[in-house]
Amino acid sequence: MLEYVLFFFIVVAGTGGELCLSRAMKSMGEIHDFRPMSLLRFVGQAIRLPWLWVGISLMALGFFSLLAILSFLEVSFVVPVSALSYAAGAFGAKFFLGERITRHRWMGIAIVTLGVTLVWLSRR
Amino acid sequence: MLKIAVVLIILPVWTSFTPLDHHEHHARRLQLKTIPLILVSIVLGPMGNVLLGKGMKEVGQVQLHGVGDLLPVAFRVFSVPTLWLGIACLLGFFLVHMLLLTWADYSYVQPATALAYATVAVLSYVLLGEMVSPLRWAGIALICFGVLVVGRTAPNTTTAPKTTVAP
Repeated sequence: MLEYVLFFFIVVAGTGGELCLSRAMKSMGEIHDFRPMSLLRFVGQAIRLPWLWVGISLMALGFFSLLAILSFLEVSFVVPVSALSYAAGAFGAKFFLGERITRHRWMGIAIVTLGVTLVWLSRR
Repeated sequence: MLKIAVVLIILPVWTSFTPLDHHEHHARRLQLKTIPLILVSIVLGPMGNVLLGKGMKEVGQVQLHGVGDLLPVAFRVFSVPTLWLGIACLLGFFLVHMLLLTWADYSYVQPATALAYATVAVLSYVLLGEMVSPLRWAGIALICFGVLVVGRTAPNTTTAPKTTVAP
C-alpha cells in the first residue's frame, strides 16, 4: 500500500512541481541578457513568484518520496516505473499549461505506459 | 539478456546521431562536444539514482509514527555519505543537461533521457546485484522506445503553430 502512495507522490508531485516551475518561468519570459547583474535581477524577480515556491515544494515532496521508496524497493524497478511521469506530464501540460499534445506524442506515451506495465508485472 | 542490453544502448545512440538537414557542417562540429556530454549525462543521472538506492538501503526501511519522527529520520538519512554522492551525481547531471540545452535542440538531447532507463538497469545489475528479469528488460526497452517517440516531436506547440522545425 505504502509504495502506491509513494509512487503517486513521485509521479504526480514531481511532475506537478515541474509544471508549476514551467508556468512560473514562462511568465518571466525568455532570457536574452546573460550579464551577471541582470541574471541576479532575474533571480530576484523569480523568487517572488508564488508558482515557483509551489513548484519547489512539490518537487521536494517527490524527491523525498523517491528516497523513501528506494529504502525498500529495487532501483531497476522504481526508476522505470517513475517513467509514468511522461503520461502525467502530458496530461498536466494539456490541462494546466494549455499545450497541444500531438497524436505522435500520445503514441509515445502509450508505449511508455505499456513498458511500465511490463516492469510492474516483473515485480517480486 | 546481454544482447538486449546492447541493442538498448546502440539503438537510441544511433537514432540520435542522424544528422540535421540544415547547416550540416556546423552540426558535425557541434556533435564533437555534444556526444561526449550526452554520454556523461546518461551515466551521471542513472549513477545518481543507483547511489541514492544504495544509500537508502544502508539506512534501511524508515519507520514513521508521527510528525515528531521526521527530523531524526531526516538526520539519519542525510548522514549517509553514499546518499550525498548520489545527490552530487544528480546535480552534475542537471548541470550537464542545462549546459547541453544552451546550444543543442531539446528534441536532439531528449532521446538521451531514453537511454538513461537502460543504463539505470545495467548499473543496478552491475553495482547493486539486482536481478533484472527478461520481462523487466522488455518493459525497459519499451519505455526507451516510447521516450524516443515522444522526443521526436516539436518542442513548442503553444507559440508557433505553423512551423514544426525546432528553433
